[in-house]
Amino acid sequence: MEFTSLVFYLFSAILVLAGLRVITAKNPVHAALSLVLAFFTAGCIWMLLEAEFLAITLVLVYIGAVMVLFLFVVMMLDINIEELRKGFWDNLPLAALVAILMVLEMGTVLSGSYFDYAAPLAKPEGYSNTKELGMLLYTDYVYPFELAAVVLLVAMVAAIGLTLRRRPGRKWVDPAQQIKVKRGDRIRLVSMAPQKPSASKADEEEEA
Amino acid sequence: MTLSMLNLMPALPEIFVLSLACVVLLVEAFSKKPAWSYTLTQVTLVGAGVITLLTAGEAKVYAFNGMFVDDLMADVLKLVSYAAAVIAVAYSRSYLKDREMFRGEYFALVLFAVLGMMVMISASHFLTLYMGLELLSLSLYTLVALQRDSKVASEAAMKYFVLGALASGFLLYGMSILYGMTGSLHLTEVVEAIALNNTALLAFGLVFVVAGLAFKLGVAPFHMWVPDIYHGAPSAVTLFIGSAPKLAAFAIVMRLLVDGLHPAVEHWQQMLAIMAVLSLAIGNLAAIMQTNIKRMLAYSTIAHMGFLLLGILADSYAGYSAAMFYVITYAITSLGAFGMVVYLSRAGFEAENLEDFKGLNAKHPWLAAIMAMLMFSMAGLPPFVGFYAKLTVLQALIGTGWLWLAVAAVFFSLIGAFYYLRVVKTLYFDVPHASDLAPSGEGDVRALLSLNGLGVLLLGLAPQPLLALCAYAIQVSIQ
Repeated sequence: MEFTSLVFYLFSAILVLAGLRVITAKNPVHAALSLVLAFFTAGCIWMLLEAEFLAITLVLVYIGAVMVLFLFVVMMLDINIEELRKGFWDNLPLAALVAILMVLEMGTVLSGSYFDYAAPLAKPEGYSNTKELGMLLYTDYVYPFELAAVVLLVAMVAAIGLTLRRRPGRKWVDPAQQIKVKRGDRIRLVSMAPQKPSASKADEEEEA
Repeated sequence: MTLSMLNLMPALPEIFVLSLACVVLLVEAFSKKPAWSYTLTQVTLVGAGVITLLTAGEAKVYAFNGMFVDDLMADVLKLVSYAAAVIAVAYSRSYLKDREMFRGEYFALVLFAVLGMMVMISASHFLTLYMGLELLSLSLYTLVALQRDSKVASEAAMKYFVLGALASGFLLYGMSILYGMTGSLHLTEVVEAIALNNTALLAFGLVFVVAGLAFKLGVAPFHMWVPDIYHGAPSAVTLFIGSAPKLAAFAIVMRLLVDGLHPAVEHWQQMLAIMAVLSLAIGNLAAIMQTNIKRMLAYSTIAHMGFLLLGILADSYAGYSAAMFYVITYAITSLGAFGMVVYLSRAGFEAENLEDFKGLNAKHPWLAAIMAMLMFSMAGLPPFVGFYAKLTVLQALIGTGWLWLAVAAVFFSLIGAFYYLRVVKTLYFDVPHASDLAPSGEGDVRALLSLNGLGVLLLGLAPQPLLALCAYAIQVSIQ
């Protein structure tokens, strides 16, 4: 067995175990951390495929941005996930049996040498994975690329449309108005004639 | 690669709809008058129709490096989709106003959904097919959830989202297996690779692709989401989901199974046959028990989608064109039926139970007559278009020797006729219900609804032009 194969199997095993931990962990924070591990291992497997750009993007975007945000949400909401999935542990043995059977069946179907391709040729020196990807993304794949942008736009419209509420009686501040405020809007200067304290008030103070 | 190599012209309707959808979002943000968004949406859809009509041609044109295809089948399906969207938006205007959903987001999302359908209809690449599907699905999930204070709608949106994501997963897994086998995502290249190398792996990938498609079509045994989502969604959204997206679903089945995986026909034919019979049985039998008209129409959709599969699995030009005729006429009929549910609802009252329709004839004889015509068409009674739709599918089935399927289809349609006729009985022979129905819509909606009902009758009296168009479109588009 070559060294790279060994590394591949190691990463794959970690990936599968991390994936299982995501759904079996009792603490949602642990589940989220397992998901981070799963993403990172997947990134490592992509590294083995020499897809460096994708691997780095996966780590940066999914672990760096998405999962950190997700962890924040999980920690702040304090959801008791055990209560939400009471039936999970009861149904687990049956579900596991079905899953194992399905894996075995798929294994028998896929055990033939269907994906028996010749190993890809080694890339020439100075080959830039990122540059090639960029070239393809903005030429051959410009249509799906634009469509992905539209899907993201729809996701944004959906998120705003579903959560933005204009409640009546809500107190809010308009920063533009706030900046434009002048002294005269806040302070009223009243010119008064100087006065002496009245006699009755002076008496009270003496009694005290 | 230069701009001229991109060949943007065939995609002009898509570009137009996308630009105007963004304009709708901006207009809503600055004018705060949803009526403008409404008008602009209708103008966009009509404009896209004009562009599609002007650029329509028999030739099959590829664009964007072969990821986009424009053929006559795509043009016809797109035109019907625009029309369905225009009618659906017009029907739902006052319903939306009464429920505080008459907002720019609603119209922008409808336009994005239409864009998703157009992308699906014109896809010739696994990736664009999937992107179109996601664009449509994401817009629909949001539309279902848009009535935020309704618990039923939120629940329906959640179910739709989770099950839809699962179905997309199935579809993607199947596509990745096919990609691993053929080494290409282009449908034109996939079909060549499969013709040379037909292995067990093909059937394996195909199972996942067909399961994903069945989920999206809503055919048994992947139909569980349909009644819940149709029932839970606001009626105006149900009206939209029940019409135009069915055309897109037909298009992706044609693109994937017929354009892309035709060498595997003996595999998918069997799968479709089983699903079609199951859908006809479950749809028609379960609809009998329903007391809610939206749920009843949802089960009827399942049965109709089964009929659609029968046409496709006949695997002949006659079969494909019969299926296309079926889906177009079904979209029109379903628009009318759900349109009536929307039209008879008003602020604080949903006309969604069968009971609410009791004795409609006594108060509104014309509306009752339209509803009866739509129900007769769905049941497949002769002078209406539903009859010809079913007849052409059955003819195609018998033509390719699927006699037992044709017999089963007729048998279950007979059972199905019961619950359609029960609606007619409710309309005409039951004592009027205490809560009298007061149509809330404006006069133009009433006129459109009448036109819709009469259209079903007219298409039934003279089905030949549309039948010929479908047959011709299939002939020049499918090799």
